Amino acid sequence: MKKLITLFLGLSIAFTSCSSDSDVAPKETTININFTHNWEEDSVTKDDFNNIKFTNEHGEELSIERLRYLVSNIYLTHTSGSSYKVEDYLLVDVNDEETLSYTTNTLLPNGTYNFSFRFGFSDENNIDGEYPDLNIASFEVPMIMGGGYHYMQFDGKFIDMNDTTVGFNYHAIRAVDNTDPDNLILKDTSFSVTLGEVIVKDNSATINVKMNIAEWFKNPNEWDLNVLNQMLMPNYEAQLLMNANGKSVFSL
Amino acid sequence: MKKWLHICFLLIFISCSSGSDQQEEYIPIPVSLEVPILFQQKLIAPLIPADNPLTEEGIALGKKLFFDTILSKDNTQSCATCHNPENSFTDTDQFSDGIDGIRGTRNSMPLFNLVWNFDERFTWDGKEFSLEKQAFEPVSNPIEMHSNWIDVEKKLQNHPEYPSLFQLAFKTVAIDSALVVKAIAQFERTLISANSKFDKYLLGQVELTDNELNGFNVFMDETKGDCFHCHGSNNNPLWTDNKFHNNGLDATFTDLGLGGVTGDTNDNGKFRSPSLRNLAFTAPYMHDGRFLTIDEVINHYSEGLQNSETIDPLMKKIDQGGVNLTSQDKADLKAFLLSLSDYDFINNPKFQQ
Repeated sequence: MKKLITLFLGLSIAFTSCSSDSDVAPKETTININFTHNWEEDSVTKDDFNNIKFTNEHGEELSIERLRYLVSNIYLTHTSGSSYKVEDYLLVDVNDEETLSYTTNTLLPNGTYNFSFRFGFSDENNIDGEYPDLNIASFEVPMIMGGGYHYMQFDGKFIDMNDTTVGFNYHAIRAVDNTDPDNLILKDTSFSVTLGEVIVKDNSATINVKMNIAEWFKNPNEWDLNVLNQMLMPNYEAQLLMNANGKSVFSL
Repeated sequence: MKKWLHICFLLIFISCSSGSDQQEEYIPIPVSLEVPILFQQKLIAPLIPADNPLTEEGIALGKKLFFDTILSKDNTQSCATCHNPENSFTDTDQFSDGIDGIRGTRNSMPLFNLVWNFDERFTWDGKEFSLEKQAFEPVSNPIEMHSNWIDVEKKLQNHPEYPSLFQLAFKTVAIDSALVVKAIAQFERTLISANSKFDKYLLGQVELTDNELNGFNVFMDETKGDCFHCHGSNNNPLWTDNKFHNNGLDATFTDLGLGGVTGDTNDNGKFRSPSLRNLAFTAPYMHDGRFLTIDEVINHYSEGLQNSETIDPLMKKIDQGGVNLTSQDKADLKAFLLSLSDYDFINNPKFQQ
């Protein structure tokens, strides 16, 4: 009997010790996500807004006046394959500094993770009128354009080919062909973004998400603002172009 | 046994003493706002500041103060003089005049659904960061009530009713300006408008006419009215984003609007989007009341836009003056806008003097 007790105690100590060393037990962990923005090498904050100081790949000089976008299904996926949801969705507004940093506490073990989110809402979550905070933020998409929510509202001005300063509204939504208003053709143009490795150590992690704004006009489709500037929401082809260009704008 | 009897008596005594103390402590009756079903479905819960919770007595006091001319220097004007319930708590003047007959430079704003202004920036230029602060200003403004708070506090303190009403609302008879504006803000937070024809349509209670429906589509169509980006929608039934925009009224500015508050030239000519609810009662329109009719407003956006450095990029086809709506679309848009009129709100007995 004594031998059995000794064996039991020994195993218990060994088990506890191994658990601790490998950090597999989920613990209260603080996750900080910071959203930063840049135009190629230059940092962009709201202080850079309202001035025509950027030049896109096609050569148009432009300003930014409003830049809001939605990321959803924010996950940390452990190398073991376990996924931990960080948040359902976040609305990032460069004009509102409070939205540029997000902190949450969640249960997960230390270790190496892959960080991912979705730009915009997938069709599954893009439910018209569903999210009161987004309704208040006037981020919705009219039902005549398929309903749901914007993925991004990016407004500014540019100097056009006539040397006139005019507005642009680079609004990304679910692509819609409303040629026949009674039979809308919709295509989910949100996309997943996998940003790579994040280390959770000492029960905390800080994740810096960068958006290179210039990429929206650049890769793979060189964007000509003289052609595509306003009323892009019901422009099916323009939404496909935004979808393609958006895939290279985010990085860690 | 005796020991247990003593303990029982002691417990009864403590219990009675405790009950007696509770009866002596007066607490104003808390009030929860009755949020309309549509707003429950679509909007975040209302914003009530922790340091000024709603109470029955506070709201009643605020209402009495709101309609009382005692707040003005010569006892001729109340808040309701420029914020009349039958006009959705604005007035019909382009610029309201104060007690000395001097007119201001801004159109009086209607008052409703203020608890959903989460940025808490009030007035056309956003200079007031809470309802309490907003209520503080007109009393001493020389072109409005032209009083001063010391005199107002004295008048209220010497009034036969007010000290006891403040006692009921705030548990003190010592009246000061902070409590006055708290009470007024409490009353203003109860001003909820959510029973227009369009609200009823969204709740499935009524049908819209074909003209109203087409007008709504014009409102929501980015290639036509494109009103929804700033003025809400069926999913934001406040019918405002409560943000600041330059909507192309002027090429140069005599009134800087938000820019006059922030000192940032990029904010010049920007004013807070007003709600489009209750337009039937709130003419004239815009921060300076320049448009007498809804038709004039629609014509402005359709072909009257003026370009300037700070014009909002959401304004479209500025070189053509705007989106050039057809006559039919204009008429339908007007019909839709009028369907946002809430007659129950302006006739609500809770909001009358």
